[in-house]
Amino acid sequence: MKDYDAIVIGAGHNGLTNAAFLAKAGLDVLVLEKNDYIGGATVSRELHEGWQYSNCSYVCSFFRPEIYQALDLGRHGLEVVPLQGGATFMQNGDHYGNYHQPAVRRREIMRHSKRDADAAIRFDADLMKWCRLIRGFLLRTPPDPASFKWRDAMEFASLLKAFYQLTESQIYEFIRFFTMSIAEYLEEYFESEVIKAHFSGGSIIGTGLGVYSPGTAYVLLHHAMGDVDGNVGSWGFARGGMGSVSKAIASSFKSLGGDVRSGAEVSEIKVKGNKATGIILASGEEINAKVVVSNLDAKRTFLNIMNKKDLPEEIIHRAENFKIRGSSGKVNIALDGMPDFPALEKGSPLTLGHMHFSDSLERLERAYDDWKDDRWSTDPYVDMVIPSQYDPTLAPAGKHMVSVFVQYCPVEAEGGWTEEKRQAFGDTVINQISQYSPNFKDLILHAEVRTPKEIEAEVGLTEGNIFQGELTLDQLMFNRPFPGYAQYRGPVKGMYMCGSSNHPGGGVMGAPGANAAREILRDLKRTDTTPEDFGDD
Amino acid sequence: MTNKTIIIIGGGHNGLVCATYLAKEGHNVTVLEARDKLGGSASKHVFAEGYHVAGLAHVIHPLNPKIVKELGLKIKKGAAIDTISLSEDGNHLILGKDSVKGGNLSADDIAAYKDFKKEFRKYAKALEPLTINKPPRLKDMDNKDKFTLAKIGWSLRFGLGTSSMREFLRVGGINIYDVLNEVIDDPQLKGAIAADAVIGHHMGPRTPTTVLTYLNRLRGETYGPPTLPQAVGDHFVEVMIKAATMAGVHIEKGARVKRIIVNDGKAGGVELTSGEERIADMVISNADAKTTFLDLVGAAEMDAMFAQRINTTRTNGTVAKLHFALNKLPEIEGLSNGEMSQRLIVAPDMRYVEHAFNHAKYGEYSEKPVLEITFPTLADPSLAPDGHHVMSVSASFAPYSIKGGWDQSRSVFSHKVLSLIEKYAPGISSHVVASEILTPKDIEQQFNVTGGHWHHGELTIDQSFMMRPVHGTAQYNTPIDGLFLCGASAHPGGGITGIPGHNAAKRILSMKGGE
Amino acid sequence: MEKHDFKQVLQHTPFHVRVEELSLMKSWSPWNGYQVARVFDTLAAEYFAVRSSCTVFDVTPMEKYRIKGPDALDFLNRLVTRDVSKLKPGRVTYVAWCNDEGRVLDDGTIFHLGDDGYRLCAQHHQLDWLMISSLGFDVSIEEETHDVAALSVQGPTSYSVLCAAGISGLEELKPFGILNTKIDDVDVMVSRTGFTGDLGYEVWVDPRHGITLWDAIFSVKERGLYDIKPIGLDALEMVRIEAGFIMPGDDFITAETAVRADHDRSPFELGLEWAVSFDKPYYTGRRALELEKSQPAKRRLVKLSVEGNKEPTDSFLYDAKNGQRIGAIKTNIWSPILKSNLAMADIDYKNGEAPTEIWAEIYYQKELEWKSTWARCEISDKPFWSNKRRSQTPPNRV
Repeated sequence: MKDYDAIVIGAGHNGLTNAAFLAKAGLDVLVLEKNDYIGGATVSRELHEGWQYSNCSYVCSFFRPEIYQALDLGRHGLEVVPLQGGATFMQNGDHYGNYHQPAVRRREIMRHSKRDADAAIRFDADLMKWCRLIRGFLLRTPPDPASFKWRDAMEFASLLKAFYQLTESQIYEFIRFFTMSIAEYLEEYFESEVIKAHFSGGSIIGTGLGVYSPGTAYVLLHHAMGDVDGNVGSWGFARGGMGSVSKAIASSFKSLGGDVRSGAEVSEIKVKGNKATGIILASGEEINAKVVVSNLDAKRTFLNIMNKKDLPEEIIHRAENFKIRGSSGKVNIALDGMPDFPALEKGSPLTLGHMHFSDSLERLERAYDDWKDDRWSTDPYVDMVIPSQYDPTLAPAGKHMVSVFVQYCPVEAEGGWTEEKRQAFGDTVINQISQYSPNFKDLILHAEVRTPKEIEAEVGLTEGNIFQGELTLDQLMFNRPFPGYAQYRGPVKGMYMCGSSNHPGGGVMGAPGANAAREILRDLKRTDTTPEDFGDD
Repeated sequence: MTNKTIIIIGGGHNGLVCATYLAKEGHNVTVLEARDKLGGSASKHVFAEGYHVAGLAHVIHPLNPKIVKELGLKIKKGAAIDTISLSEDGNHLILGKDSVKGGNLSADDIAAYKDFKKEFRKYAKALEPLTINKPPRLKDMDNKDKFTLAKIGWSLRFGLGTSSMREFLRVGGINIYDVLNEVIDDPQLKGAIAADAVIGHHMGPRTPTTVLTYLNRLRGETYGPPTLPQAVGDHFVEVMIKAATMAGVHIEKGARVKRIIVNDGKAGGVELTSGEERIADMVISNADAKTTFLDLVGAAEMDAMFAQRINTTRTNGTVAKLHFALNKLPEIEGLSNGEMSQRLIVAPDMRYVEHAFNHAKYGEYSEKPVLEITFPTLADPSLAPDGHHVMSVSASFAPYSIKGGWDQSRSVFSHKVLSLIEKYAPGISSHVVASEILTPKDIEQQFNVTGGHWHHGELTIDQSFMMRPVHGTAQYNTPIDGLFLCGASAHPGGGITGIPGHNAAKRILSMKGGE
Repeated sequence: MEKHDFKQVLQHTPFHVRVEELSLMKSWSPWNGYQVARVFDTLAAEYFAVRSSCTVFDVTPMEKYRIKGPDALDFLNRLVTRDVSKLKPGRVTYVAWCNDEGRVLDDGTIFHLGDDGYRLCAQHHQLDWLMISSLGFDVSIEEETHDVAALSVQGPTSYSVLCAAGISGLEELKPFGILNTKIDDVDVMVSRTGFTGDLGYEVWVDPRHGITLWDAIFSVKERGLYDIKPIGLDALEMVRIEAGFIMPGDDFITAETAVRADHDRSPFELGLEWAVSFDKPYYTGRRALELEKSQPAKRRLVKLSVEGNKEPTDSFLYDAKNGQRIGAIKTNIWSPILKSNLAMADIDYKNGEAPTEIWAEIYYQKELEWKSTWARCEISDKPFWSNKRRSQTPPNRV
């Protein structure tokens, strides 16, 4: 086997993005993937004949348009269709419809509270302020507060400058937003329970936190900052399923001369004299490279594929304490037809978006209480989408593919998962949906029930955590993944990290991959091929 | 700025501290106290004929030493007390400042506890420059603000050093649950520490920001060991009254303020419930922010969003205070008489504490509450008739707004607390001759604290520092010229520290011409 | 609120059946969730009708709130920058209101309805802000946009038309006065208000009787007495600029929707000094406004006449003295009556003074070929166009 300039471990979207930018700079790059298919959690799989399941990540909101453009993903086959509508079904038979038409949406909010319809204007504008501020830091390397380097000081200065564009009262409001719970934040705007419940869901998806946990308001941005066609806040479906995202990046990468090997599990990063020299595959094969980049999460990177003796003790300690909690499950379903939702009028566009069944903050919080005690939520928060309504490639004509994201689901259900428990968990979810869609169960042709255990086993995300690590203050910005290691460089020379365990965190965003590439190219004194934020003003 | 006529509303300890500082600078200061005694929640309280407790707070840390020194307060040093975490099997855990013993502790945990306390006290100390100064504004800073920020920066960067600073920046905003799981194994030890982080707050161990609330508590420890208030007794309030009087402060009891008079955006005095008007150059309110702005001033005198921010601050208390008159000292298996006079807590593990908190989120009292128990009569027998005793209990969680209202729940909850104590002190119920329960609602009414909150408002980050009580009035001055805050709803919050009163006084003295 | 039809994106006002009939262009715009006409036939005809005869414009979508209760006056006086305590029953006043920072949230009018409380008309949705502002006041606030329909009848013959339509008592109605009367047995409220700077009235009616009102007015035309033209938003935009009225959302971004710092505006910056009083009890933003007043002006929204006939749409403005860019045009029209380009422009001041010589850089196209030119601009302190008939009482019967 030939030597490479760089090896990227893991063909998830960040690994591929990282590899593509390295290849674009002229490096000879190899991406290694343990599974027989690429994509990691950004994947479409035919688990039932004729159906493509986006069985892990399921919507595209956050993918950086700068990366999309720089890697020419449109020409490599990526199409992201904006998602419309959405609804929260209520126990009393009513619903809140999040119509895509602003005038209709406003009337719908008014139906629940006239005041809230007006408060939504204030809420949207405020959220946009914080989005604008945060967005500028996604494609940047976080500065190290303990460093005395010129570059870190300048980066802090640019951070402060952006901050100081706000008025004094906005600065405090931003800090409040950053540290408050989503429930309490929304209570400052809205009075209607179902409106609050609808908008708060995005803040707990994928986290080990409840709607009343401080710090969750900020997580909303991770979901509200979609960038489909420049419209902050819009989400989209990738045509052909989420696998299309990774396929397009891989195609771009290959066109730049890169190699991808699937079915090639890395068992160790070789280190010699405090410098990474290559990798060893599970098969025993060794491949040398000047640079080794891990797209695995921080725990797996340092505890599984690196040798303890090569690492400072602090890193082992940090990796052991890195918070990466499995809190989500996934149920993917093949349906024989479009399910009925009696609460909605015929022809309602609301089924085109996210559908939820938790109509109060208390129900959402109680779902979290279950999880804290290692139980799956008996009344879970569910984010259900039916992308086959837009995308004919996902299911045969007239049939549908349903993706159900479930919050919360524990890593170990009291004493460990069994096949019965997994089924019971799936039934809990399907029963909840059936309460609002009587024919749902009858339409089910095939269902895949995934607890954090399955997600970890197949995708390789520790505990099945979709963000590769909790998005709490101890693991954000210059603390992500560990204090002192937030600039994508590992503790040994030539070793880097490019997964979502790094700033700015999870979501199908590509930013950690691009940011890591920037640092690698900088160290190699190569031209920077990574894009800058488009900027707003 | 000299010789201004100043009225201070509320004779709690912060009001007294503030008054004394101002009077010492030659101002003409009057403290108006609505109740017929001073000291607010720190003053002696009779709950049944012949039975007293020293105050709402039954365990106190010393006042900030700088204040004690500057005001020359000669406060008796009470005996330092330990915390004993009760165990049903009698194998209790005794937590001192840096040492811990009993229970089923491993040597690792004993060492870890020591390291943990030392490290976290370092953080608490590092934050002191922020505590003892007015919170700096983040834009349009004055020199003092810049100085405070520089001191804080210096204290973090060089006081703590690289590794501790990194660690502080990592854990500062998160929950105590995760931090304790990183360093300690013993569930009971973790439960005891976690309880300290959440008591008095609407938080469970897993709630992010409980590291900060724990640091807030440790700050007291950096001033000196915790004591029982009866060990220093009413003496504590008396010393403060004496210092105030000596400085020339005029104190009036039973003078309830009905409203603060505002003319053209400037505070000009107060009107008492008696109808009497008092003119002043400056009014300082030791009352909480909601009472001050919305009741005493009125929203009409301020900007709408400011009033809204004040109105939406979270000020609902979560702790009920229970007092029991006992005809005999109960026995707790495994505790000596001396140990009985320590601070006893029921918080067997973090999950227990978290479960207790779960209820509070939904407007329910805890089925199995977290308890903090003291027997004040062991330090001061005069609090009860001869041979009789008083048991003082703080029970968490007992939320201010409870489903169905407190009237139907107060005796049920009181009973639950007692039967929980019964598990550790069998037979205690039969010795109870009288009792009272002060729910947050009662504390609100009897002590004039909105929501009955220990800290006059939650100590979450969004209600702390330059956002306490809300931004726009976080530097003790208010949008109303000549009106200031000096109570616990201002930075840095509650506890018997005297710091809000001190900071407010310094702020006022440093303002040009009082403007 | 009842379930609504998601397929009908924009709602219809009670006059829609008639509007639809008369609209030849079927050119619509959304306005506060309603479907309104932009142009019925031709813009020129509608414009000239405002200045020469009588026009009818459907103002139903304007946001309306009813404020009642013992503290209603105190509440309004704390809300707006103007002293409302002087407003007598049966009178209307123009007002603007600000957030805490003294930045304009919206402008509108307050109607003193006597025992029925006050009506606040606004350009944008304000219920949230009104509710926030109501803390500590004993008031009830009801949104009544949908419950009150209104037609704006404007132009030199508007008085004559309304008289001919059967409304009596109009002769003594002064500008900003209110008259409660009947038309065809239907209760209506007439206010001598409008957005055209011309003689004109707004007629308010229960939506159930909207068509009766419309027909009563248009019967005057059918009887051959006076011409009446329905007009759309585009004609209104022309006449409101001529009259020098500002439009939140077009001439400036309202404080609630401004996302970028310093993009919002204070009443001083919008030339509304005359509507800001410091001789009244405290109101939201007052402290900030007092501070601003004590400092030199940073910028102003000004009325600008631009020389020549090339329309200065979106043009940048420059100070001829030093060549620095000093602002931009926000809205502009070609005034057929004045034969002149009129604009609302945001201009930076220096040391509290407006630049003395302003030029606009204009890009324009002729048959898809783009050209550029420069035009001298003049700041106008008064409305571009005004006519004494606007305030003459009683108005001339034509």
